Amino acid sequence: MNNTLAKQDKWLLLGFALAVLAGPLLLKPFGAGYPDLLQKFCIFGIFAIGYNILFGLTGYLSFGHAAFLGIGSYTAVWSFKLLTMNVVPAIILSIALTALFALVIGYLCLRRSGIYFSILTLAFAQMAYNLAYSVLTPITNGETGLQLIKEDPRSVDKWFGVAVADGIPSTNFFGISMVGYSGFYFCAVLLILSFYISIRITRSPFGLMLKAVKSNQNRLKYTGINTRSYALTAFVISGCYAGLAGAMLAVTDPLAGADRMHWSASGEVVLMTILGGVGTLLGPVIGAGVIKYLENIFSSFNEQILNSVFSFLPDAIQHPVVKLLGLFVGEGWELTLGVLFLILIVFVPGGLMQGVQSLQRRVLKGPSKPASSTTQGAH
Amino acid sequence: MDAIFLQLLNGLDKGSAYALIALGLTLIFGTLGVVNFAHGALFMIGGFCAVTVQMLLKLSTQVKDDSLPGLEMMVDMPYLQLWWGDLGLQIISFAVPLSVLLAIPLMLGLGILMERGLIRRFYHRTHADQILVTFGLAIVLQELIKSFFGATPIPTPAPQMFAGSANIGEWLGLGSNVSYPWWRLVYFCFSMAVIAIVFAFLQFTTFGMVVRAGMRDRETVGLLGIHIERRFTIVFGIAVVVAGIAGAMYTPIVSPNYRIGMDFLVLSFVVVVVGGMGSLPGAVASGFLLGILQSFASMNEVKQLIPGIDQVIVYLVAVLILLTRPRGLMGRKGVMED
Repeated sequence: MNNTLAKQDKWLLLGFALAVLAGPLLLKPFGAGYPDLLQKFCIFGIFAIGYNILFGLTGYLSFGHAAFLGIGSYTAVWSFKLLTMNVVPAIILSIALTALFALVIGYLCLRRSGIYFSILTLAFAQMAYNLAYSVLTPITNGETGLQLIKEDPRSVDKWFGVAVADGIPSTNFFGISMVGYSGFYFCAVLLILSFYISIRITRSPFGLMLKAVKSNQNRLKYTGINTRSYALTAFVISGCYAGLAGAMLAVTDPLAGADRMHWSASGEVVLMTILGGVGTLLGPVIGAGVIKYLENIFSSFNEQILNSVFSFLPDAIQHPVVKLLGLFVGEGWELTLGVLFLILIVFVPGGLMQGVQSLQRRVLKGPSKPASSTTQGAH
Repeated sequence: MDAIFLQLLNGLDKGSAYALIALGLTLIFGTLGVVNFAHGALFMIGGFCAVTVQMLLKLSTQVKDDSLPGLEMMVDMPYLQLWWGDLGLQIISFAVPLSVLLAIPLMLGLGILMERGLIRRFYHRTHADQILVTFGLAIVLQELIKSFFGATPIPTPAPQMFAGSANIGEWLGLGSNVSYPWWRLVYFCFSMAVIAIVFAFLQFTTFGMVVRAGMRDRETVGLLGIHIERRFTIVFGIAVVVAGIAGAMYTPIVSPNYRIGMDFLVLSFVVVVVGGMGSLPGAVASGFLLGILQSFASMNEVKQLIPGIDQVIVYLVAVLILLTRPRGLMGRKGVMED
């Protein structure tokens, strides 16, 4: 096993890192150059990368990954409450605890495959969600969500004599406050790190085994290999990614609610991964970015903005056009998501990455070998 | 004893809804091999058929209020009441059962359109793609309904005839404290009738025989010169109708809003999988089983014994059954195991 990346992967990683770090500049013209949204891109990018390690490589369609996101968030907030406002212990604890949960849930769920696996994961996630709302209220604070308060013990902080300012202190990374752009760059570095790990996993012999699980599990079993342990490892790794993403959500906004574990949140990460391209390296990040961007842009539009945009049209046309488009923006942005989805699934089954590749091929009229390494998928 | 019997009854109406949705899901899965995530949305559209019919019947005009002489008051009066008096009012109160008449042709058309226009393209795609396209469709349907009818639940009462509670306890000699809302009883009977009709249709008609043969071995049926695809399209339509009328009749029990479909969908999938993918009797049986279990788990005595059990019972049972019986209660070998 060599310890270096192949040349094209180095370029891919370099390009990715530059693009992420230059995100505030690159996305400014699109109205997305502010830290809140950029953080979301990074966090859900991490979530989707992790999901892709399970779904993209092994083909196991989990419908309960949001549970790990939620567990990560709760753990991080508890770490802020009880130990310290430093994010490092919070992240480590979150990942450790989600790994534990993923190990148990994965061990049980991976006894089945296909839709049975999907339903089992869904069942566990729904149990977590329902319990968080009802019996576990002392831990999760029910519908209000878990919040920081001024009277929290924060024992480690006290021990080190960290000065307590008025009000609730903000999360920090050894003194650097995680608010605004420093928060974004923290997320960005973790995203790049996650991306690097995912490249390493995909390119490793272990990643190859996972792909073999996806393409023909039976054949793999006949060669005497225990496929379940490989799938379980992938499940735990992707659970850790989800835990990290959950912890990051709590880092950027120290609040955890059970709605993060709802099955629609699990559905969202499936959509992100598929939108971008299942099994590709870049796809999930792009899918996550596109969905979060659309959510943000479309839900902020309203009829006044539409009216001003279409004011050049004659009144008779302007009114119906605004009415029609009004269905798709503001509260109706999910309609846009649904329509976009239908179009994508019907016409570009492999997701955005495959769409780009086939477009590239058509433009270049060359053989099917992709030309540039920055837009290339994993296969 | 009374309490147990009462919980059994309470589980029946939810179980009926689960069973009807799961029946449709299984029909679609068994014939077309498609996992239909839009089925909950179709249930919801059925519910909004009832809302529409109620709105249509209540179309009103302004008339002068005669009850207060001397005052010029205008009140809304439905046309039906204006034309036919009390008979009109009766018809209005029967909006929900009448909506089934609208739901049947509408849902059949919608189902056939959906199958021909969209689902057909996905027969040979992966299950993940099928789940996604139907999920996307469900979002679209749901959001369209939201933009037309708003996000708040719309009350659709049962006909006045069935407004009260039936004193089931006295009929069965259990004492008078076991009573059960009439409409829930109606819903249970209705769902049993629908289930019986669907089974009879598949079991006793030539069409049903061909469909069953097609479910077992599609290729051979095709080789015999039977155009199985067209029949499967109709089966899809029937499954959609079942979901639609189940939704329409359910509206007096839970007022419909645009999210009701998704709430039912997740549970219905659990029901289908517990019953065993591709098994119609399994779907119906596990629908009632989970409905009744859910109702038992919400008893106070049980909740005190195991806190939180009412929230997780369905999923817990699903996990236990799937881990001990790999193919669900009545699943066939080789279905959905790739």
